Amino acid sequence: MIGTSILRHVGLTIAVLAATTAPSLAYTAYVSNEKGNSISVVDTDALKTIATIKTGERPRGIEVSRDGKFVFVATGDDNTIQIIDTTTRKIVGELPSGPDPEQFALDPAGKFLYVANEDDAAVTVIDVEARKAVAKIPVGVEPEGIAVSPDGKTVICTSETTSMAHFIDTTDRKVVANVLIGSRPRSAAFKPDGSELWITSEVGGGLSIINPTTRKITKVVRFTIPGLRAEKIQPVGINITSDGKLGFIHLGPSNRIAVVDGTTHEVLKYLLVGQRVWHGAFTPDGKYLLAANGLSNDVSVIDVANLKVIKSIQVGELPWGVAMGPK
Amino acid sequence: MGRYAARLYLLRNLARKHTVPAARLWLTAMACVAASWIGTPAFAQSQSQSIKIGYLHGPLSKEKISLIDIPAPNDGLAGAQLAIDDNNTTGSFLGQRFELIESKIGDGDDPAPAVKALADQGVAFIAANLPANQLLQAADAGKASGEVLINAGAPDERLREQDCRANLIHVAPSRFMLADALAQYLVLRKWRNWFLVSGSHDGDKAFADALRHAAKRFGAKIVAEKEFKDTGGARRTDSGLAEVQRQMIDLTQGAPDYDILVAADESEVFAGYLPYRTWTPRLVAGSAGLVPTTWDAAFDQWGALQLQNRFKKKFQRFMTPLDMQLWTAVRIVGEAAAHANTADSAKLFAYIKSPEFSVAAFKGQKLTLRDWNLQLRQPILLFDGRNTVSISPQEGFLHQSSELDTLGLDRPETKCKLQ
Repeated sequence: MIGTSILRHVGLTIAVLAATTAPSLAYTAYVSNEKGNSISVVDTDALKTIATIKTGERPRGIEVSRDGKFVFVATGDDNTIQIIDTTTRKIVGELPSGPDPEQFALDPAGKFLYVANEDDAAVTVIDVEARKAVAKIPVGVEPEGIAVSPDGKTVICTSETTSMAHFIDTTDRKVVANVLIGSRPRSAAFKPDGSELWITSEVGGGLSIINPTTRKITKVVRFTIPGLRAEKIQPVGINITSDGKLGFIHLGPSNRIAVVDGTTHEVLKYLLVGQRVWHGAFTPDGKYLLAANGLSNDVSVIDVANLKVIKSIQVGELPWGVAMGPK
Repeated sequence: MGRYAARLYLLRNLARKHTVPAARLWLTAMACVAASWIGTPAFAQSQSQSIKIGYLHGPLSKEKISLIDIPAPNDGLAGAQLAIDDNNTTGSFLGQRFELIESKIGDGDDPAPAVKALADQGVAFIAANLPANQLLQAADAGKASGEVLINAGAPDERLREQDCRANLIHVAPSRFMLADALAQYLVLRKWRNWFLVSGSHDGDKAFADALRHAAKRFGAKIVAEKEFKDTGGARRTDSGLAEVQRQMIDLTQGAPDYDILVAADESEVFAGYLPYRTWTPRLVAGSAGLVPTTWDAAFDQWGALQLQNRFKKKFQRFMTPLDMQLWTAVRIVGEAAAHANTADSAKLFAYIKSPEFSVAAFKGQKLTLRDWNLQLRQPILLFDGRNTVSISPQEGFLHQSSELDTLGLDRPETKCKLQ
């Protein structure tokens, strides 16, 4: 199995090499620094931090607007989501996120933003253009992960103490189903074709694969790393490649990212990255994955085609998450 | 509870949390009622399940060395109440409704009437903070009616060993678990030579025994022992600081060289006075200084900050170890109800005892029950009064089935025969 997947990756590498004869596109990565109260701006061509933007207190969840004009960052201790202009790199406004925002997600159209209010057992829905909260949906205790289905019809919110994935219908803005999963579910992500929903569990120590139609768990992927205690392996962030072939699961204090086959769900490889790896993002061309390492204050750059960590970039204090925008 | 009764309950809860103006709440409520006429309800399955949980306890001891440690009147109860809230939030998606019924008895009272009264109100699971004797009486009194007691207070080994009961779960760690957690850390720091100073009460002696056992188990050496006789009136109320200082210096004088003073003073008569008052400049651990515990107000790992925030918001004070033990006791029932999807107490108890059961309590790993004596396996925090210093089991203390079983008496050593 591993042999064939290596072959597949070799094929992919050749394709990428062929493509790189054309001038590569440059992107900008925005890294939220939870303790630094800032965003590090990273040039993904030079693989360097080129600027730092001061934010409010405890920035964590971070996204770039669909048009690339704004960065949204949840500043939990300020109970708001700040809007940063990507050209001027200045804070230009706020979104009414409700208390202690951490993770949030934009819908595919970029019109609505869904925020988990951890201390409030609710999901706040924000109209981005109007900068207004339009709904508040009660969910389980300690909502954490948020994901919007590729068709925009369903929002998933995980709640850590309740240990559920709540399915929210975006038209009615109502919880329509609940799936019990492993203890302390954290992040949720859809495969780009919408065929699978992946959810990590911090205490359950695994990755649940859910069929979004039947809303049943079809498989639980476990992570074991020789020589590491089970409680050090805490799956957190999820990044799935745009072709759905590979998933990257950030394993927190184990300092590793697991590479999971998107079809067979086999763990192909563990990549050694920085300390307490939390969340990450791909460059839009799919070439690199940037992952935020909280305790080593850096971002690991992973060459997706070769499954190799090629560089670490120094950023601010306690980096939490990454979002990508145009240069 | 009917379909929209459940919703109204949820809305009431939300209103309390967010202080939604009554008129707006009413409108929302009406909208929900209207919605539930049209389609299937968003939450709650066909029929709602009602689960009542008891909290049986005696008076809280107010005899503390530090003013800071005097418990709030709702110490423990608040933890149980928060867990009921958490159970109900989850329950609102599953059509389950939890209720807490508190029952208070006096020191030395026979708990049987209180247990019967709880049983008569439909309570099957009773979280308890009672001394060992009363706890056993309560478990035996409730046996015939199928009551299950969840011990959230008593640390006594005998409750988990020769006096164990088949209807008695232990959330509180035993003295051996606490002592082992401390010993692992001290041994890892290479502070192997201990000066053991213990109190004269039964609980103090039992904790001293646990410390001796732990020293032997993990390779520490007790180089000297001393007893502090409680002659009454040693606490804060009378003697004055100068007198206490003199007393502690005298108490710790003349011991052979040691790395750390380990105090066994469950009755809180003297240990709190030891730090900075020892004859030689040495650290203190055990009942003062570095203390093994289930919770502290500074603990923020593994999402604990969220629980601390939730607790503070509701009760305007810090969460104590007793609050945490009661929270965990009540959450065990909630977790079982959610996963077994039943309110039937026999089925719930069977699920709690099954290998499928686990509960998350902000300790970085799932907590499970030891099937041989129904003790909850759990990491133990080491708290210095200000910060969490470490969490045991420590790295390198290995076990063939669970590293958590390096804390406390293990399966091969048990004297418990559940019946």
